Amino acid sequence: MSAFLTYLLNGLAVGCAIALIASGLVTIHRVTGVVNFAQGTFAVVAGLCTSSLLGLGFPHGLSEVAAVLAAALAGLLTGLAAIGRPGTTPLSSLIVTLGVGVLAYAVEIVLWGDQPRSAPGLAGSVVIAGARIQTQHLLVIGVTAATFALLAFFFGRTYLGKALTACASNPYAARVVGIDVRRMGLLAFALGGLLGGIAGVLVTPLRPISFDTDVTLIVNAFAAAVFGALTRPVIALVGALLLGVAETMAAGYGYGSHQLEIALGLMIVVMIVQASRRTTLSQESA
Amino acid sequence: MIDVQDLVVSYGTATALDHVTLTVGKGEMVALLGPNGAGKSTLANTLAGLLRPASGSVRIDGRLALIPEGRQLFPDLSVADNLALGGWRSGRRDPSAVYELLPRLAELAGRRAGVLSGGEQQMVAFGRALMSEPDALVVDELSLGLAPGVTADLAAHLAELNRSRGLTVLLIEQNARLAFDLCSRAYVLESGRLVTEGECARLADDPRVAGAYLGGAIT
Repeated sequence: MSAFLTYLLNGLAVGCAIALIASGLVTIHRVTGVVNFAQGTFAVVAGLCTSSLLGLGFPHGLSEVAAVLAAALAGLLTGLAAIGRPGTTPLSSLIVTLGVGVLAYAVEIVLWGDQPRSAPGLAGSVVIAGARIQTQHLLVIGVTAATFALLAFFFGRTYLGKALTACASNPYAARVVGIDVRRMGLLAFALGGLLGGIAGVLVTPLRPISFDTDVTLIVNAFAAAVFGALTRPVIALVGALLLGVAETMAAGYGYGSHQLEIALGLMIVVMIVQASRRTTLSQESA
Repeated sequence: MIDVQDLVVSYGTATALDHVTLTVGKGEMVALLGPNGAGKSTLANTLAGLLRPASGSVRIDGRLALIPEGRQLFPDLSVADNLALGGWRSGRRDPSAVYELLPRLAELAGRRAGVLSGGEQQMVAFGRALMSEPDALVVDELSLGLAPGVTADLAAHLAELNRSRGLTVLLIEQNARLAFDLCSRAYVLESGRLVTEGECARLADDPRVAGAYLGGAIT
C-alpha cells in the first residue's frame, strides 16, 4: 500500500511538471491558434540555464528565476519567428515552431554540449501516510498549484488577462476594440515560455536534462493538452496528472521502459475519441 | 468627421471597394445602404483601421468606434468585462456612464455575453463602442436579426447621442426605412461602387431606391 501511495504522489509530481508545459501549450494555442512544438525546448533551456548558473556559483532562487526568464525570452523569440509576420497561418506557424525546436538543438549543443546535465534541488524526503516522497516532488506540486492559482487570477481578474481571453474568444472583436492581437500572441508565447521554464527548473533536479529531452516533454504535454482540447487548461491539468500517475505506476510496477508509449497511446486514444465526438456533433448540428 | 476619398480596397485580385468617396460631417448622421456583398462591411472595417486600403485616403477627426455586423462580442466574458475591454483605446475602465445611458446593461453586468438575447447583445456592443469615448461611430447593421421594438429602442439611443453629444454617425443598414428615419443623408453602395447619394427625403422618392430598399415608393 505504501508503495502504491509513493507512486501516486510521485506520479502527481511528474504530472504537475507535465501540466505546466501543457498549460503553456494551451495558453499559446488559445490566443494564437498555433500548436507550439517548441514548448518542450523552453523547459530544456531553463533546465540547462539553471545547471550552468548554479555551477557558476549563483545562489538558488536567483539561478532559477533567471533561468525561467531566459525561457520566457526564448518563448518570445519563438513567437516572433512563428507569428511575427502578419498574415502567417497557424499551420505555417506550427511548422516554424518545429524549425525553432530543431534549431534550438544546435544552439543548445554549442552552449551546453550533448551530455545530460542536472542541478541540485531540495534535498531530503518526507513520509506521508507511510509513503516516502522526495521534498523536490512536494516542491513541484506546491509550485504548480501556486502557478495555476496565479494563472486563474491573471486570466480571471486582471485587465491584461481578460484581453488575452478576448483574443482567444473573438480575435476580430479584439481588433475592433483596439487590442493588438499579434502583440497579445507574442505575450502568450512569452507566457508559454515562462510556464515551460518553471517546469524545466523544477524537473532538472529530478532527472538530468539534455538538448533532446524536449521530445519526451512535448509528447507528454501534448497528450495532456489534447485531453483539454488544447483550449481548457484545467482539463489539461487533470490529463497531465492522470498521465503522470499512469507513467509512474507503470515504471514502479516494472514497465519503466514503456513510459513514452503510454503517453503516446493516451494521446492517440483521446484524439480519436475527440475527433469522433466532433464528427457526431457536427452531424447533429447539420 | 469622416472623410473618405477615392478609396479602393481589394481582397487579392477582387476589388471590394472601387473608388469610393464619402463624407460624414461633424455631428451628422448619414446612412449607407446596399445589398449583401456590396462592400458595406469592408468600408466599416477600413474606417476602423482593420483593413488597409489599396489606394485612396481615410481621414477621421477624433476617435472612431465600430459596432460590427453580428455584434461580435466576447461570448466567454461577462457584460461588464466586454464593456471594460471597449475602453482599451481610451483607457476608460469604469462603465458607470454607459450604465447611466443604458440601465439594462447594469442589470446584465455579471451575465456571460454569449447567453444574452440578440437585442441585449446589440446593446452590449453599443455600450462597448461608447466605452472608447468616440467622436464618430460606425454602426454596421443595427437592426440585423432584432425585433422592431428592440431596434427602435436602440435607434432612439443613437439619435439621442447624436443630438446631445454631437456624435458623428455612419449608419450602415439594409433597413432603409430605419436609415431614412434616423439620417439626413444617405449613400447607396452596390458592387463596391457608390451608385447614388443625397438627402433621404429625395432618395425615398427615387423609384430605383424605393423599389430596391423600401419595397416600393413611400407614400
